[in-house]
Amino acid sequence: MLTIDRATRDAIVAHAKRDHPDECCGIVAGPEGSDRPERLVEMVNAAGSPTFYEFDSTELLDLYKQMWANDEEPVVVYHSHTATEAYPSRTDIGLASEPNAHYVLVSTREHGNNEGPVDFRSYRIVDGVVTEEEVTVVESLPSA
Amino acid sequence: MAIEVRIPTILRTYTGGEKAVTGEGASLSALIDDLEASYAGIKDRLVEEKNGEIVLRRFVNVYVNDEDVRFLGSLEAPLADGDQVVVLPAVAGGC
Repeated sequence: MLTIDRATRDAIVAHAKRDHPDECCGIVAGPEGSDRPERLVEMVNAAGSPTFYEFDSTELLDLYKQMWANDEEPVVVYHSHTATEAYPSRTDIGLASEPNAHYVLVSTREHGNNEGPVDFRSYRIVDGVVTEEEVTVVESLPSA
Repeated sequence: MAIEVRIPTILRTYTGGEKAVTGEGASLSALIDDLEASYAGIKDRLVEEKNGEIVLRRFVNVYVNDEDVRFLGSLEAPLADGDQVVVLPAVAGGC
């Protein structure tokens, strides 16, 4: 199960709406081993594409160095699908490389850049196996 | 000649859980061969054969002293004692 605070969830949704029709991407970092998504980092989609996302390689290194310095890990890795459902594609599954992360998918296919509900779903992707999990949205994460 | 190599979570199954290991080699490809000798199987996760040539996998990023090796000659990138190598899988996907 993914437990995430409302502000972070809303910020991910806002990012997806803003970048529509391109896919958006980013992570939520948290203390290593804590499973607490605490620090949202919006990333630039270097592919700038409605069908593909990729972190820029230099920004990727900067991000990981920052997390290592803070003893953090990517608790959530998120991206949007802009014309398809919020379910990991074959490409998403093949490239998933953080076995400890919650992979969050947001679909903006219904309302695009406009107001309106979006699908916000979370998965584990380990060795090519996708397992959907429940998302619990809380006002704030319980104190550590 | 010791080179420190930072190993991403997904490849730590090959290094017995170690986050960083040391290896040696005068180029990235020599370093990868040296790592393979100690951590069998890791090479195949870093490189692939394309048109009869061994190349770095498209969705694997390797940095030498913070520089992406694709700007340093890729597998031919020269290495020296004390260099720091970081391996990071790309964060990528698409519908």
